[in-house]
Amino acid sequence: MRKVKEFIIEKLILICGLASIFFVGLIFLFLLKEGLSVFNIVTPLDFLFGKSWYPISDPAQLGILPLILGSLLVTLGAAVISIPIGIGCAIYIAEIAPARIKEVLKAGIELLAAIPSVVLGFIGMITLVPFVKNCFHLPTGLTALSGSIMLAFMAMPTIVSIAEDALYSVPKTYKEGALALGATHWQTIWRVMLPAASSGLLAAIMLGIGRVIGETMAVMMITGNAAVMPNTILEPIRTLTATIAAEMGEAVVGSEHYFALFAIGIVLFIISFAINVTADLFLHRKQ
Amino acid sequence: MKKHFKNVAFLVIAVLTFSLRLSFAENMVQVKGSDTMVNLVQSWAEEFMIKNPNDFVAVTGGGTGTGLSSLISGTCDIAMASRNIKEKEIALANKKGINPNEIKVGMDGLAVVVNPDNPVGKLTIDQIAGIFTGKIVNWSELGGKNEKIVILSREVNSGTHVYFKEHILRKNDTNSKEEFAPRALLLSSSQAIADEVAGNSMAIGYYGMGYISAKQKPIAIAINEKSEYVEPTIDNVVNGTYPVSRPLFLYTNGQPQGMVKKIIDFALSKEGQDIVLATDFVPVFK
Repeated sequence: MRKVKEFIIEKLILICGLASIFFVGLIFLFLLKEGLSVFNIVTPLDFLFGKSWYPISDPAQLGILPLILGSLLVTLGAAVISIPIGIGCAIYIAEIAPARIKEVLKAGIELLAAIPSVVLGFIGMITLVPFVKNCFHLPTGLTALSGSIMLAFMAMPTIVSIAEDALYSVPKTYKEGALALGATHWQTIWRVMLPAASSGLLAAIMLGIGRVIGETMAVMMITGNAAVMPNTILEPIRTLTATIAAEMGEAVVGSEHYFALFAIGIVLFIISFAINVTADLFLHRKQ
Repeated sequence: MKKHFKNVAFLVIAVLTFSLRLSFAENMVQVKGSDTMVNLVQSWAEEFMIKNPNDFVAVTGGGTGTGLSSLISGTCDIAMASRNIKEKEIALANKKGINPNEIKVGMDGLAVVVNPDNPVGKLTIDQIAGIFTGKIVNWSELGGKNEKIVILSREVNSGTHVYFKEHILRKNDTNSKEEFAPRALLLSSSQAIADEVAGNSMAIGYYGMGYISAKQKPIAIAINEKSEYVEPTIDNVVNGTYPVSRPLFLYTNGQPQGMVKKIIDFALSKEGQDIVLATDFVPVFK
């Protein structure tokens, strides 16, 4: 009787474990099935490198290069802002902060992760956007930079918590050895702790970036959504995610526009898959 | 343990029956579509539900395209549309056994608005088209300050976007290939355009007349340089002198029946049309 029970529970857990992979597989198949049809209308090259996105015109122009560049630009900006701050914050929490401040900081960062992105977008719209506009004397504050700053806030919790874990899991003996050899605290952190935790830190960065590139609501609200080839970070841009979110409701099921949006989904899926795999590779190199 | 399970099962059944009763007990009609019309149809729905306490009307926005594609996929009963249904959409609907039926319920004047600080107060249709297609880039070309023009447009799911493109940018010419300038900012609601225009002296945007407030300045529009510049007011839309106005439609599946018919009849009644006027639109009957 006990054995049967054990057997059933084991199998149930196995099914739970496989379910997530199964669902990812199904989602990818569905994306492929719906998205690949767009290549009956445009060639993959024209789709990926076309410079005009006018999906509802007749004939539709389905070039997503401005959208890809928009997504990459916002992500790059967010990475430049969030990586130094995030890693610095992780070092402070893991190495320097006294226990009480450490608890407060950790709780604060978890709270930051819990703010819904639409709320961040809204706050960005009424505070950050006018600020960016006045600060740089721009025609409009709805720019890639505003999006980058807001997204940096969203990437920070991921980066900080994983980087802090990585620093924490560096064997204590490393640190003690370095200090015993007469290194200062900072020298120990810079020369010993950071290199020892490097793969974990890289994974933290990659996962943070993965979060940013998939973010939709906040960027849709504050980046202006102009499908233009970006020249500087102070211009409005349109991201892949915002395009899907803004246009999916309108797209008539089975139209070329609908297929094109699914094809954008495939592109996004491939990008975030690549980022996650890289992060995974870094994490495993550690062991 | 067993007892616990029994309790849970009981709870689940209770919740299920309750939600089933909710969906059957009342007559429910889903209305979806044009953001421009949401306020108007919501006012109709509220008045209608006061008169018919057993009926429930749910109104959601999302854009004309969203409404029509919901009607086609059968997830709403009435679609609000601020443009005519497209041939493509009719073909798709027919394929799914849906037969879209058009009912004109009002008119809307489209206002082109700028910030009150902007000295420019009147434009011709050609100038407006030039601005939105990106040929005119600086306000000084129009007698304003030496500032870049920031173009604000609605997202492509908006009937207002499509109407503006077809009737202003392309001037009703179906062969025209004019598009919004790529650098036009696509905002997701009329309110977002109103807010941005209110706070940005270089911005120009467009939306239904109902959204005009003291924080934006509506532009007087002339068909060409020789004709008169006309302000977007209800009177000017009714007497046909304001050049940028469009019909507002409700679409149903086939001839309206039952509760859908009751709602449409209410919308077209004297009382319904008074609500049209009260929400800053223009009634079909005067």
